[in-house]
Amino acid sequence: MAGSDSSQQGSDRPELVAAPDEAAMETAFQARIDAETRIEPRDWMPDKYRKFMIRQISQHAHSEYVGMLPEGNWITRAPTLRRKAALLAKIQDEAGHAAYLYSAAETLGTTRDQTLEDLHSGKAKYSSIFNYPVLTWADIGTIGWLVDGAAIVNQVALCRTSYGPYARAMVRICKEESFHQRQGFEIITTLAHGAPEQKEMAQDALNRWWWPALMMFGPHDADSPNSEIAFKWKVKRQSNDQLRQRFVDMTVPQAEFLGLKVPDPDLTWNAETGHYDFGPIDWDEFWRVVKGDGLCNRDRLAARRTAHEDGAWVRDAAMAHAAKKRAAKQDAA
Amino acid sequence: MTTAKEWPLWEVFIRSRDGLHHKHAGSLHAPDAELAIQNARDLYTRRSEGVSIWVVPSADIVASEPADKDSLFDPAASKVYRHPTFYTVPDEVTNI
Repeated sequence: MAGSDSSQQGSDRPELVAAPDEAAMETAFQARIDAETRIEPRDWMPDKYRKFMIRQISQHAHSEYVGMLPEGNWITRAPTLRRKAALLAKIQDEAGHAAYLYSAAETLGTTRDQTLEDLHSGKAKYSSIFNYPVLTWADIGTIGWLVDGAAIVNQVALCRTSYGPYARAMVRICKEESFHQRQGFEIITTLAHGAPEQKEMAQDALNRWWWPALMMFGPHDADSPNSEIAFKWKVKRQSNDQLRQRFVDMTVPQAEFLGLKVPDPDLTWNAETGHYDFGPIDWDEFWRVVKGDGLCNRDRLAARRTAHEDGAWVRDAAMAHAAKKRAAKQDAA
Repeated sequence: MTTAKEWPLWEVFIRSRDGLHHKHAGSLHAPDAELAIQNARDLYTRRSEGVSIWVVPSADIVASEPADKDSLFDPAASKVYRHPTFYTVPDEVTNI
Protein backbone atom coordinates (compact mmCIF):
# COMPACT_ATOMS: atom_id res chain seq x y z
CA MET A 1 0.00 0.00 0.00
CA ALA A 2 2.80 2.34 0.80
CA GLY A 3 4.03 1.87 -2.75
CA SER A 4 0.77 2.82 -4.37
CA ASP A 5 0.53 5.83 -2.05
CA SER A 6 3.82 7.21 -3.17
CA SER A 7 3.06 6.64 -6.85
CA GLN A 8 -0.24 8.45 -6.34
CA GLN A 9 1.68 11.29 -4.79
CA GLY A 10 4.08 11.25 -7.76
CA SER A 11 1.34 11.66 -10.32
CA ASP A 12 -0.08 14.57 -8.34
CA ARG A 13 3.23 16.35 -8.58
CA PRO A 14 4.19 16.17 -12.25
CA GLU A 15 7.41 18.14 -11.76
CA LEU A 16 8.81 15.10 -9.93
CA VAL A 17 8.10 12.63 -12.73
CA ALA A 18 8.80 14.85 -15.70
CA ALA A 19 10.90 13.09 -18.35
CA PRO A 20 14.46 14.36 -18.54
CA ASP A 21 14.76 17.05 -21.14
CA GLU A 22 16.19 15.29 -24.20
CA ALA A 23 17.36 18.51 -25.82
CA ALA A 24 19.21 19.61 -22.69
CA MET A 25 20.88 16.22 -22.44
CA GLU A 26 21.93 16.42 -26.05
CA THR A 27 23.42 19.85 -25.45
CA ALA A 28 25.33 18.52 -22.46
CA PHE A 29 26.50 15.55 -24.54
CA GLN A 30 27.79 17.82 -27.29
CA ALA A 31 29.53 19.98 -24.69
CA ARG A 32 31.39 16.91 -23.42
CA ILE A 33 32.44 16.04 -26.97
CA ASP A 34 33.58 19.61 -27.59
CA ALA A 35 35.58 19.52 -24.34
CA GLU A 36 37.35 16.37 -25.62
CA THR A 37 35.84 14.20 -22.88
CA ARG A 38 35.52 10.64 -24.14
CA ILE A 39 32.09 9.05 -24.14
CA GLU A 40 32.01 5.80 -22.18
CA PRO A 41 29.58 2.88 -22.57
CA ARG A 42 27.12 3.68 -19.78
CA ASP A 43 27.07 7.42 -20.36
CA TRP A 44 23.93 8.93 -21.78
CA MET A 45 24.21 9.43 -25.54
CA PRO A 46 21.75 10.39 -28.27
CA ASP A 47 20.23 7.39 -30.02
CA LYS A 48 21.65 8.61 -33.30
CA TYR A 49 25.18 8.61 -31.89
CA ARG A 50 24.73 5.09 -30.57
CA LYS A 51 23.47 3.86 -33.94
CA PHE A 52 26.21 5.69 -35.81
CA MET A 53 28.91 4.17 -33.63
CA ILE A 54 27.44 0.66 -33.82
CA ARG A 55 27.37 0.94 -37.59
CA GLN A 56 30.90 2.29 -37.90
CA ILE A 57 32.54 -0.04 -35.35
CA SER A 58 30.82 -3.17 -36.63
CA GLN A 59 31.71 -2.33 -40.23
CA HIS A 60 35.27 -1.87 -39.11
CA ALA A 61 35.15 -5.21 -37.25
CA HIS A 62 33.70 -6.96 -40.31
CA SER A 63 36.54 -5.56 -42.42
CA GLU A 64 39.13 -7.07 -40.11
CA TYR A 65 37.20 -10.32 -40.06
CA VAL A 66 36.67 -10.66 -43.82
CA GLY A 67 40.22 -9.38 -44.36
CA MET A 68 41.53 -12.72 -43.18
CA LEU A 69 40.01 -14.53 -46.16
CA PRO A 70 42.09 -13.25 -49.07
CA GLU A 71 45.30 -13.81 -47.12
CA GLY A 72 44.35 -17.19 -45.68
CA ASN A 73 44.52 -18.73 -49.13
CA TRP A 74 48.24 -17.94 -49.26
CA ILE A 75 49.42 -19.48 -45.99
CA THR A 76 50.24 -22.81 -47.61
CA ARG A 77 51.76 -21.06 -50.62
CA ALA A 78 54.14 -18.75 -48.77
CA PRO A 79 57.60 -19.06 -50.35
CA THR A 80 59.60 -19.54 -47.13
CA LEU A 81 58.98 -20.53 -43.53
CA ARG A 82 59.84 -16.97 -42.46
CA ARG A 83 57.14 -15.55 -44.73
CA LYS A 84 54.68 -18.20 -43.63
CA ALA A 85 55.18 -17.48 -39.93
CA ALA A 86 54.77 -13.74 -40.57
CA LEU A 87 51.61 -14.22 -42.63
CA LEU A 88 50.09 -16.50 -40.01
CA ALA A 89 50.85 -13.97 -37.29
CA LYS A 90 49.34 -11.19 -39.39
CA ILE A 91 46.15 -13.13 -40.00
CA GLN A 92 45.91 -14.00 -36.32
CA ASP A 93 46.22 -10.28 -35.58
CA GLU A 94 43.34 -9.55 -37.95
CA ALA A 95 41.18 -12.01 -36.01
CA GLY A 96 42.25 -10.24 -32.82
CA HIS A 97 41.44 -6.83 -34.28
CA ALA A 98 37.99 -8.05 -35.26
CA ALA A 99 37.50 -9.35 -31.71
CA TYR A 100 38.54 -6.02 -30.09
CA LEU A 101 36.16 -4.16 -32.36
CA TYR A 102 33.22 -6.54 -31.97
CA SER A 103 33.61 -6.13 -28.21
CA ALA A 104 33.68 -2.35 -28.57
CA ALA A 105 30.44 -2.53 -30.60
CA GLU A 106 28.86 -4.72 -27.93
CA THR A 107 29.44 -2.06 -25.27
CA LEU A 108 26.79 -0.06 -27.16
CA GLY A 109 24.14 -2.70 -26.61
CA THR A 110 24.34 -4.95 -29.67
CA THR A 111 24.98 -8.68 -29.36
CA ARG A 112 27.75 -10.54 -31.14
CA ASP A 113 25.20 -12.83 -32.78
CA GLN A 114 23.21 -9.91 -34.17
CA THR A 115 26.32 -8.20 -35.47
CA LEU A 116 27.48 -11.35 -37.26
CA GLU A 117 23.97 -11.96 -38.57
CA ASP A 118 24.02 -8.50 -40.16
CA LEU A 119 27.29 -9.37 -41.90
CA HIS A 120 26.06 -12.75 -43.10
CA SER A 121 22.76 -11.40 -44.39
CA GLY A 122 24.55 -8.68 -46.35
CA LYS A 123 22.90 -5.91 -44.33
CA ALA A 124 26.21 -4.68 -42.92
CA LYS A 125 29.11 -3.68 -45.14
CA TYR A 126 32.84 -4.25 -44.85
CA SER A 127 35.72 -2.61 -46.65
CA SER A 128 35.38 -3.17 -50.40
CA ILE A 129 39.10 -3.73 -50.74
CA PHE A 130 38.61 -7.34 -49.68
CA ASN A 131 36.36 -7.97 -52.64
CA TYR A 132 39.35 -7.89 -54.97
CA PRO A 133 41.12 -11.16 -55.81
CA VAL A 134 44.59 -12.00 -54.53
CA LEU A 135 46.20 -13.53 -57.60
CA THR A 136 49.93 -13.79 -56.85
CA TRP A 137 52.37 -13.74 -53.94
CA ALA A 138 53.16 -10.15 -54.90
CA ASP A 139 49.55 -9.33 -54.02
CA ILE A 140 50.22 -10.46 -50.46
CA GLY A 141 53.15 -8.04 -50.28
CA THR A 142 51.10 -5.26 -51.85
CA ILE A 143 48.21 -5.81 -49.47
CA GLY A 144 50.55 -5.37 -46.51
CA TRP A 145 52.20 -2.34 -48.04
CA LEU A 146 49.18 -0.50 -49.49
CA VAL A 147 46.05 -1.91 -47.86
CA ASP A 148 47.46 -2.05 -44.35
CA GLY A 149 49.26 1.22 -45.08
CA ALA A 150 45.96 2.91 -45.96
CA ALA A 151 44.28 1.26 -42.98
CA ILE A 152 46.96 2.68 -40.67
CA VAL A 153 46.40 6.21 -41.99
CA ASN A 154 42.67 5.80 -41.32
CA GLN A 155 43.15 4.17 -37.95
CA VAL A 156 45.74 6.56 -36.55
CA ALA A 157 43.15 9.27 -37.15
CA LEU A 158 40.61 7.19 -35.20
CA CYS A 159 42.80 6.79 -32.09
CA ARG A 160 41.30 10.06 -30.83
CA THR A 161 37.72 9.28 -31.79
CA SER A 162 35.12 10.33 -29.23
CA TYR A 163 33.87 6.90 -28.14
CA GLY A 164 36.25 5.51 -25.50
CA PRO A 165 36.13 1.76 -26.24
CA TYR A 166 36.57 2.40 -29.98
CA ALA A 167 39.52 4.73 -29.41
CA ARG A 168 41.20 2.22 -27.09
CA ALA A 169 40.75 -0.59 -29.61
CA MET A 170 42.28 1.66 -32.26
CA VAL A 171 45.36 2.40 -30.16
CA ARG A 172 45.97 -1.30 -29.72
CA ILE A 173 45.32 -2.07 -33.36
CA CYS A 174 47.64 0.68 -34.61
CA LYS A 175 50.48 -0.68 -32.48
CA GLU A 176 50.04 -4.12 -33.99
CA GLU A 177 49.34 -3.02 -37.52
CA SER A 178 52.71 -1.48 -38.27
CA PHE A 179 54.34 -4.90 -38.51
CA HIS A 180 51.75 -5.79 -41.15
CA GLN A 181 52.79 -2.95 -43.37
CA ARG A 182 56.49 -3.63 -42.91
CA GLN A 183 56.25 -7.33 -43.70
CA GLY A 184 54.35 -6.43 -46.88
CA PHE A 185 56.91 -3.85 -47.86
CA GLU A 186 59.69 -6.36 -47.27
CA ILE A 187 57.99 -8.87 -49.59
CA ILE A 188 57.62 -6.23 -52.31
CA THR A 189 61.19 -5.00 -51.83
CA THR A 190 62.48 -8.55 -52.31
CA LEU A 191 60.42 -9.00 -55.48
CA ALA A 192 61.16 -5.55 -56.87
CA HIS A 193 64.89 -6.11 -56.43
CA GLY A 194 64.73 -9.70 -57.67
CA ALA A 195 64.59 -11.34 -61.11
CA PRO A 196 62.83 -9.46 -63.94
CA GLU A 197 59.83 -11.79 -63.63
CA GLN A 198 59.58 -11.01 -59.92
CA LYS A 199 59.76 -7.28 -60.55
CA GLU A 200 57.07 -7.65 -63.18
CA MET A 201 54.92 -9.48 -60.66
CA ALA A 202 55.39 -6.66 -58.15
CA GLN A 203 54.48 -4.04 -60.79
CA ASP A 204 51.40 -6.00 -61.83
CA ALA A 205 50.22 -6.16 -58.22
CA LEU A 206 50.74 -2.41 -57.76
CA ASN A 207 48.81 -1.78 -60.98
CA ARG A 208 45.82 -3.70 -59.67
CA TRP A 209 45.85 -2.53 -56.05
CA TRP A 210 46.73 1.16 -56.31
CA TRP A 211 43.30 2.52 -57.19
CA PRO A 212 41.31 0.24 -54.86
CA ALA A 213 43.68 1.33 -52.06
CA LEU A 214 42.87 5.00 -52.76
CA MET A 215 39.16 4.13 -52.67
CA MET A 216 39.59 2.76 -49.14
CA PHE A 217 39.35 6.34 -47.84
CA GLY A 218 35.78 6.55 -49.10
CA PRO A 219 34.00 9.04 -51.39
CA HIS A 220 35.17 12.61 -51.87
CA ASP A 221 34.23 14.89 -48.99
CA ALA A 222 31.50 16.52 -51.08
CA ASP A 223 29.88 13.12 -51.67
CA SER A 224 30.26 11.79 -48.15
CA PRO A 225 26.86 12.24 -46.48
CA ASN A 226 27.96 10.96 -43.05
CA SER A 227 30.98 13.21 -42.73
CA GLU A 228 29.25 16.26 -41.28
CA ILE A 229 27.80 14.48 -38.28
CA ALA A 230 30.99 12.41 -37.87
CA PHE A 231 32.94 15.66 -37.48
CA LYS A 232 30.39 17.17 -35.13
CA TRP A 233 30.66 14.15 -32.84
CA LYS A 234 34.43 13.97 -33.31
CA VAL A 235 34.15 10.42 -34.57
CA LYS A 236 36.28 11.68 -37.44
CA ARG A 237 38.80 14.45 -37.27
CA GLN A 238 40.17 14.41 -40.79
CA SER A 239 38.24 14.17 -44.01
CA ASN A 240 38.39 11.33 -46.52
CA ASP A 241 40.26 13.52 -48.99
CA GLN A 242 42.77 14.74 -46.41
CA LEU A 243 43.59 11.18 -45.36
CA ARG A 244 43.77 9.99 -48.97
CA GLN A 245 46.21 12.80 -49.78
CA ARG A 246 48.37 11.88 -46.80
CA PHE A 247 48.50 8.29 -47.99
CA VAL A 248 49.48 9.29 -51.53
CA ASP A 249 52.19 11.62 -50.22
CA MET A 250 53.61 8.85 -48.04
CA THR A 251 53.41 6.07 -50.59
CA VAL A 252 54.66 7.59 -53.85
CA PRO A 253 58.27 7.97 -52.59
CA GLN A 254 58.14 4.34 -51.39
CA ALA A 255 57.14 3.20 -54.89
CA GLU A 256 60.01 5.28 -56.30
CA PHE A 257 62.43 3.56 -53.92
CA LEU A 258 61.16 0.22 -55.18
CA GLY A 259 61.60 1.28 -58.81
CA LEU A 260 57.89 0.62 -59.42
CA LYS A 261 55.58 2.89 -61.36
CA VAL A 262 52.35 4.11 -59.79
CA PRO A 263 49.67 3.46 -62.43
CA ASP A 264 48.47 7.04 -62.69
CA PRO A 265 49.56 9.15 -65.70
CA ASP A 266 48.35 12.31 -63.93
CA LEU A 267 50.48 11.79 -60.83
CA THR A 268 52.79 14.81 -60.37
CA TRP A 269 54.52 16.57 -57.51
CA ASN A 270 52.97 19.96 -56.88
CA ALA A 271 55.67 22.18 -55.40
CA GLU A 272 53.14 24.89 -54.66
CA THR A 273 50.90 22.79 -52.41
CA GLY A 274 53.67 20.47 -51.24
CA HIS A 275 51.54 17.47 -52.20
CA TYR A 276 51.20 15.04 -55.08
CA ASP A 277 48.38 15.73 -57.50
CA PHE A 278 46.73 12.58 -58.71
CA GLY A 279 44.23 11.55 -61.37
CA PRO A 280 40.48 10.94 -61.07
CA ILE A 281 39.22 7.91 -59.15
CA ASP A 282 36.74 5.61 -60.88
CA TRP A 283 33.81 6.06 -58.49
CA ASP A 284 31.54 3.92 -60.66
CA GLU A 285 33.80 1.00 -59.86
CA PHE A 286 33.80 1.96 -56.17
CA TRP A 287 29.99 1.99 -55.93
CA ARG A 288 29.68 -1.17 -58.01
CA VAL A 289 31.86 -3.06 -55.53
CA VAL A 290 30.17 -1.49 -52.49
CA LYS A 291 26.79 -2.60 -53.86
CA GLY A 292 27.94 -6.19 -54.15
CA ASP A 293 29.25 -6.56 -57.68
CA GLY A 294 32.98 -6.76 -57.07
CA LEU A 295 34.91 -9.78 -58.26
CA CYS A 296 34.83 -11.58 -54.90
CA ASN A 297 31.82 -10.22 -52.93
CA ARG A 298 29.83 -13.43 -53.23
CA ASP A 299 32.83 -15.68 -52.50
CA ARG A 300 33.80 -13.76 -49.39
CA LEU A 301 30.33 -13.79 -47.88
CA ALA A 302 29.80 -17.44 -48.77
CA ALA A 303 33.11 -18.37 -47.12
CA ARG A 304 32.15 -16.38 -44.00
CA ARG A 305 28.73 -17.99 -43.77
CA THR A 306 30.12 -21.48 -44.27
CA ALA A 307 32.74 -20.96 -41.59
CA HIS A 308 30.09 -19.69 -39.18
CA GLU A 309 27.64 -22.49 -39.90
CA ASP A 310 30.28 -25.22 -39.86
CA GLY A 311 31.50 -23.90 -36.51
CA ALA A 312 28.05 -23.88 -34.92
CA TRP A 313 28.33 -27.40 -33.50
CA VAL A 314 31.65 -26.49 -31.86
CA ARG A 315 30.14 -23.43 -30.20
CA ASP A 316 27.14 -25.46 -29.06
CA ALA A 317 29.29 -28.34 -27.81
CA ALA A 318 31.50 -25.97 -25.82
CA MET A 319 28.44 -24.46 -24.16
CA ALA A 320 26.99 -27.91 -23.40
CA HIS A 321 30.33 -29.03 -21.96
CA ALA A 322 30.53 -25.92 -19.77
CA ALA A 323 26.97 -26.51 -18.50
CA LYS A 324 27.76 -30.16 -17.72
CA LYS A 325 30.92 -29.21 -15.82
CA ARG A 326 29.00 -26.59 -13.85
CA ALA A 327 26.31 -29.13 -12.95
CA ALA A 328 28.89 -31.73 -11.87
CA LYS A 329 30.58 -29.14 -9.65
CA GLN A 330 27.24 -28.25 -8.03
CA ASP A 331 26.43 -31.90 -7.41
CA ALA A 332 29.81 -32.44 -5.77
CA ALA A 333 29.35 -29.43 -3.49
CA MET B 1 21.81 -22.33 -37.60
CA THR B 2 21.30 -24.17 -34.37
CA THR B 3 23.40 -22.16 -31.94
CA ALA B 4 21.41 -22.17 -28.75
CA LYS B 5 22.88 -19.12 -27.13
CA GLU B 6 25.96 -17.05 -27.61
CA TRP B 7 28.97 -17.62 -25.37
CA PRO B 8 28.93 -15.38 -22.29
CA LEU B 9 31.03 -12.23 -22.13
CA TRP B 10 34.10 -11.97 -19.87
CA GLU B 11 36.19 -9.01 -18.83
CA VAL B 12 39.93 -9.58 -19.07
CA PHE B 13 42.56 -8.10 -16.74
CA ILE B 14 46.27 -8.50 -17.45
CA ARG B 15 49.29 -8.07 -15.19
CA SER B 16 51.92 -6.90 -17.65
CA ARG B 17 54.81 -7.82 -15.34
CA ASP B 18 55.23 -8.89 -11.74
CA GLY B 19 55.09 -5.92 -9.42
CA LEU B 20 52.26 -4.21 -11.31
CA HIS B 21 48.48 -4.32 -10.89
CA HIS B 22 46.25 -6.29 -13.20
CA LYS B 23 44.75 -3.80 -15.61
CA HIS B 24 41.61 -4.04 -17.73
CA ALA B 25 42.59 -5.14 -21.23
CA GLY B 26 39.20 -5.72 -22.86
CA SER B 27 36.54 -8.36 -23.12
CA LEU B 28 35.84 -11.57 -25.00
CA HIS B 29 33.33 -14.38 -25.35
CA ALA B 30 34.03 -17.85 -23.96
CA PRO B 31 31.88 -20.79 -22.82
CA ASP B 32 33.63 -21.10 -19.44
CA ALA B 33 36.39 -19.63 -17.28
CA GLU B 34 39.04 -22.04 -18.49
CA LEU B 35 38.51 -21.18 -22.15
CA ALA B 36 38.18 -17.51 -21.26
CA ILE B 37 41.73 -17.63 -19.89
CA GLN B 38 42.99 -19.42 -22.99
CA ASN B 39 41.22 -17.03 -25.34
CA ALA B 40 42.55 -14.09 -23.35
CA ARG B 41 46.05 -15.50 -23.75
CA ASP B 42 45.57 -15.60 -27.54
CA LEU B 43 43.76 -12.30 -27.79
CA TYR B 44 45.59 -10.01 -25.38
CA THR B 45 49.10 -11.41 -24.91
CA ARG B 46 50.28 -12.23 -28.43
CA ARG B 47 53.29 -9.97 -27.91
CA SER B 48 54.29 -10.86 -24.37
CA GLU B 49 51.98 -8.25 -22.85
CA GLY B 50 51.29 -10.30 -19.73
CA VAL B 51 52.48 -12.63 -16.98
CA SER B 52 49.09 -13.17 -15.34
CA ILE B 53 45.45 -13.07 -16.44
CA TRP B 54 42.21 -12.54 -14.54
CA VAL B 55 38.86 -13.18 -16.19
CA VAL B 56 35.56 -12.11 -14.66
CA PRO B 57 32.05 -12.71 -16.07
CA SER B 58 30.97 -9.29 -17.35
CA ALA B 59 27.54 -9.83 -15.81
CA ASP B 60 29.17 -9.92 -12.36
CA ILE B 61 30.77 -6.47 -12.64
CA VAL B 62 29.02 -3.94 -10.45
CA ALA B 63 29.62 -0.38 -11.61
CA SER B 64 28.80 3.09 -10.33
CA GLU B 65 26.15 4.98 -12.25
CA PRO B 66 27.45 7.66 -14.62
CA ALA B 67 24.59 9.85 -13.41
CA ASP B 68 26.00 9.67 -9.87
CA LYS B 69 29.37 10.99 -10.97
CA ASP B 70 28.92 14.42 -9.40
CA SER B 71 27.58 13.26 -6.04
CA LEU B 72 30.22 10.55 -5.78
CA PHE B 73 33.29 12.42 -6.87
CA ASP B 74 32.69 16.14 -6.45
CA PRO B 75 33.12 16.08 -2.66
CA ALA B 76 36.81 15.27 -3.11
CA ALA B 77 37.35 18.31 -5.29
CA SER B 78 37.05 20.76 -2.39
CA LYS B 79 39.42 18.89 -0.09
CA VAL B 80 42.69 20.27 -1.27
CA TYR B 81 44.09 19.84 2.26
CA ARG B 82 44.42 16.14 1.42
CA HIS B 83 47.37 16.99 -0.79
CA PRO B 84 50.85 17.80 0.55
CA THR B 85 51.08 20.89 -1.64
CA PHE B 86 48.32 22.51 0.47
CA TYR B 87 50.77 23.05 3.36
CA THR B 88 53.39 25.70 3.72
CA VAL B 89 56.86 24.60 4.71
CA PRO B 90 59.64 27.18 5.28
CA ASP B 91 62.28 27.13 2.55
CA GLU B 92 65.12 26.38 4.96
CA VAL B 93 63.46 23.19 6.19
CA THR B 94 64.44 20.14 4.14
CA ASN B 95 63.49 16.46 3.97
CA ILE B 96 59.78 17.03 4.57
